[in-house]
Amino acid sequence: MTDNSISQTTESQGSGPDFAPLLRTLKKIGSGLAMLILTFIGLTAVTFIIGRIMPNDPVVAIVGDRASKEVYEAMYIQLGLDKPIWEQYVIFVTNMLQGDFGNSVMTTRPVLEDIKRFFPATLELATLATLVGIIIGVPAGVMAAVRHGTIVDHIVRIIGLLGHSIPVFWLGMVSLLIFYAKLDWVAGPGRIDFFYDGIVDPVTGIILIDSAIAGEWEVFQNAVSHIILPASMLAIYSLAYIARMTRSFMLDQLNQEYVLTARVKGLKEGAVIWHHAFRNVLVQLITIIGLTYASLLEGSVLTETVFAWPGIGQYITSSLFNADMNAVIGGTLVVGVSFVGINMISDMLYRIVDPRAK
Amino acid sequence: MNFPLTFKGLSMAAALAASVAIPMAPASAETPKDTFVIARNTADAITLDPAESFEFTGGRIIANIYERLFFFEPGDLTKLVGGIADSYEFSEDGKKITVKLKSGLTFHSGNPVTAADVAYSLGRAVKLDKTPAFIIKQIGWTAENVDEAVKAIDDTTVEINVLADMSPALVLNLLSSSVASIVDMKEVEAHAVDGDMGYAWLKDHSAGSGAYKLKSWKANELVMLEAFDKFRYGEPPMKRVVIRHVAEPSAQRLLLEKGDVDAAMELTSDQLKGLEGNADVAAKSYPKGYLMYIATNMEHPILSKPKVRDALHYVVDYKGMVGSILDGQYKIHQNFWPSGMWAAATEAPYSYDLDKAKALLAEAGVEEGTKITIDTLNKSPFKEVAQNVQAALGKIGIESEIILSDGKTLWPKYRARKHELIIARWGPDYSDPHSNADAFAHNPDNRFEAKLTGKLTWRNAWDAKGLTELTNEAAAASDPAKREELYAKLQKMVREDSPFTIMFQAIGTFGQRSNVDGFVNGVTSDQAYYWTVTK
Repeated sequence: MTDNSISQTTESQGSGPDFAPLLRTLKKIGSGLAMLILTFIGLTAVTFIIGRIMPNDPVVAIVGDRASKEVYEAMYIQLGLDKPIWEQYVIFVTNMLQGDFGNSVMTTRPVLEDIKRFFPATLELATLATLVGIIIGVPAGVMAAVRHGTIVDHIVRIIGLLGHSIPVFWLGMVSLLIFYAKLDWVAGPGRIDFFYDGIVDPVTGIILIDSAIAGEWEVFQNAVSHIILPASMLAIYSLAYIARMTRSFMLDQLNQEYVLTARVKGLKEGAVIWHHAFRNVLVQLITIIGLTYASLLEGSVLTETVFAWPGIGQYITSSLFNADMNAVIGGTLVVGVSFVGINMISDMLYRIVDPRAK
Repeated sequence: MNFPLTFKGLSMAAALAASVAIPMAPASAETPKDTFVIARNTADAITLDPAESFEFTGGRIIANIYERLFFFEPGDLTKLVGGIADSYEFSEDGKKITVKLKSGLTFHSGNPVTAADVAYSLGRAVKLDKTPAFIIKQIGWTAENVDEAVKAIDDTTVEINVLADMSPALVLNLLSSSVASIVDMKEVEAHAVDGDMGYAWLKDHSAGSGAYKLKSWKANELVMLEAFDKFRYGEPPMKRVVIRHVAEPSAQRLLLEKGDVDAAMELTSDQLKGLEGNADVAAKSYPKGYLMYIATNMEHPILSKPKVRDALHYVVDYKGMVGSILDGQYKIHQNFWPSGMWAAATEAPYSYDLDKAKALLAEAGVEEGTKITIDTLNKSPFKEVAQNVQAALGKIGIESEIILSDGKTLWPKYRARKHELIIARWGPDYSDPHSNADAFAHNPDNRFEAKLTGKLTWRNAWDAKGLTELTNEAAAASDPAKREELYAKLQKMVREDSPFTIMFQAIGTFGQRSNVDGFVNGVTSDQAYYWTVTK
C-alpha cells in the first residue's frame, strides 16, 4: 500500500497535476445539489397539492367561521385562491426562491422567522438525544453481541424492545411526574423558566450554546435542567434502536470467517472486536444513526407536546390543524432538506470510514 | 478512533453517558410574589389587534390591555358600567349618544386618552373590516360614514350616531365588545405603514390604556404583560402576568401542583377531582357562554320534517350525559341564550323519551332503517355525545354514521350546507341576547347565493319566517322590559320549532394555587381580569 501510494505520487508529479479527485468531489457536490433541488421541487409540489386538496379551508383559518361573505371573499382573493392551482404554485415557489415563505396565520410572522425560532429548539433536542443514543447504544449493542446469549445480551434486547414499544406520551408524563413533580430533580415543561427569557441574545438559537457563549451560566443551568427529561425520552428511543441494530450488525460480523482467522492468529479479543469486526459495522451504523437523527428531527411531536417544547414538530402539527399552509409547507421543507442534508453527510462519512466506497 | 478496548472501559463509557441524564440543576422555584403565571393552550392566538382578534386567548389579553367606552367590570358581570366613559346621554329619538370621558386617563405611552382616540379607534375597526367588525357595523356604520357617525366634539366629548334601528341598550352592549377597544391614535399612527392604520404593527404590539401593557408575545411559547402604573384603578397588584403556552392538560396540572404556575386553565373535570385533598390548589368553575346543540339541515327530505325535528328533542339523554361523560363540564340548557346572562330563558321542557320520539317518527312516516350522517368535532366530549345520540337513534330505527372532523374541516362543510345532522357549539360574540338571536332566529335571505354563513339559521337552510322580524323588533326595542319579553318569546319559538335542539351549556373549569385571590373568569372570553388578582 505504502509503496504504491509513493509511486502514484511520484507518477502524478511527473505527469502534471491529477484533477481526477477534484473532479470526483465536484461531481459529488453537483449530484448532491441536484438532489437538493429535486427534493425542493418534490417537497413543495407534494405539500402544496396536499395543502390545496385537503378539506380544510385556509380562509376560515384566518377569518374564523363566523365571518361575513364579504370578509371571506376578500381574504379568498388576498390569498390568491381565485387563481388556477398551477399559477398559485408558481407564485408560491417564486416567492420562496426569493426567501419569502409567506406569513404564518398562526403566529402572524414570516414563516422563515418562525422556522429560525422553532427549528433550533428541535435541533438541540434531537442532537442531544442522538448523542446519548450513540454513546450508550453503540457500546451496549457491541457488548450484547459479544456476550451473545448472556444476561447482558438479554438486558440490551429488553431495553431495545421497551424503547420501541412504550408510548412516548405515557413515558414522558410518568417521567415528569417522578423526576419533576415528586423528586424535584429537574425543571418542568418548557424550554427555559420565563424569568430567564430574553437574558441571552439568540446567536445560534440553541439556548445551551448561546448561554455558554454569553457566559450566562445560570441560564445555561436552567436550560440543562429543562432539556434533560425530553432529551432522555427521545434518547431512549434512539439508543434502543441504535443498540438493537449495533447488536445485530456485530453478531453478523462476529460469525464471519475473518474474525475466526484473527482469533486463531492470536490477536487480542479487544483488537478483534474493535479493529476488525466493529470497523465493518461502522459503515452500516452511520446510515442507521443518520436515519435516527433525521427521524428525531421530524418525529418528536409528542415529546414536544408533553414537555411544552417550542419545536418544529409542534409548529408543523398545530399549523396543520389550523390549515396554516404556508407554515406547513415551510416546516416540511426544512425537515425534508435536513433529511437530505443528513443523508449527504452520512454518505460522506461512509466514504471516509470505508475507503472502498470511494 | 480511540475506543476503550475492555468491557471495564465500555462500562465506564456507558456510565459516563448515563450521567448526562443525572440532574445538574435544581428544579425551578415558586413563581415570584408579584407575578401571576398562567398555563394555557395559546395556540389559538393569531393577533392582539383588537380590531381583528376574535379568538379566546387574544380576547382575554386584549381585555387587560385595552379599555372600552363601556365595560362589564369584575364586580358585577351582569351590569354594564362605565369603562372610560364618565357619563352618557341618549337623544330623545335614541339615535345619538353623547359620551363624556373620564378625565386624566392616559395611554401606556403617556399620551392622554381623548375623544379623538375614541373616534379613531371605532373608525379604524370599521375601516379595517376584519372579522369582528360586524359587531359594531350593526349600528349602521360603514367605512364611508363612520367618520361622520362617530365624532370628537372636544377633548372629552364624543358624539355617537346610531344609524340602524337599534335599541340603546344593544348599542351600549356592542360598544362594550373587544372590537370597540380604544387604541392610542398617535402611537398607532406612528407605526402605520402605507396607511394601514398600524395594522401590521398592532398584531404583536400594544397601544392601550388598560391595566397591562404587552411586553412580549412569542407565539406558541409565552405572553408577558407588564403592569401599567397609571391604570384607571391604580397600578395592579401583580406587576407582571405571564401566560405560558402549555398545550397538554396533564402537564398543566403538574406545573400547577408544583407551584410553577399560579393557574392552569384547561384542566379537565377528572384532573380537578384529582386535585382534591391538595390544600395548595383550588379547583374553580364558572359558567361559560358556550352552548352545545344539534342542528338539522332543512334541505334534507326527512330531517326537515317538523315531527322528526321534534323527535330529536327526545332522543337526547340530557340527564344521563350530564351525569356521566359531561360531568362537571356541561349543564342542561335548552335555550339559545346562555343562563347567567340578562334575558336568558331557563325552561327545559325536554327529557329523554324514546317512546315519544319513536311515535313522532311514525307520525312523520319515517321508515325503519333510514340512514343519516352525524357530523361533529373529533374531540371530547363531542364524539361521545354523538355516540350517545347515535345509540338512541338506533333504538328508534334510524341508522346513523358519525363523521368526525377538526374544526377547520367541519366549519367549511357546515358553511356550505353539506351536512345532514350536526352536533356543534356556539358562543355569543358580545354580551347581548341579540348576539345569539341573530344566529339562531334571524335569516333575511335563505337563498344559497346569499351566503349568510355567520347565521346558523342560514347554515341549516331555515328561513326563520316570523322570527327574523321578531329578532329585528327585539333589537330595536328601547324599553328593556319589552326587549326581555320579546327574547323570551323568541327563545320559546326556537325551542319548539326550529332545526335546533339546544342541549347543554358549558361550565368552565380551571385550577389555581390557593394563595391566589380575586381572579375573575367571566362568561365570555373577554371577561378575564388579571388586574384584580392578589397573591
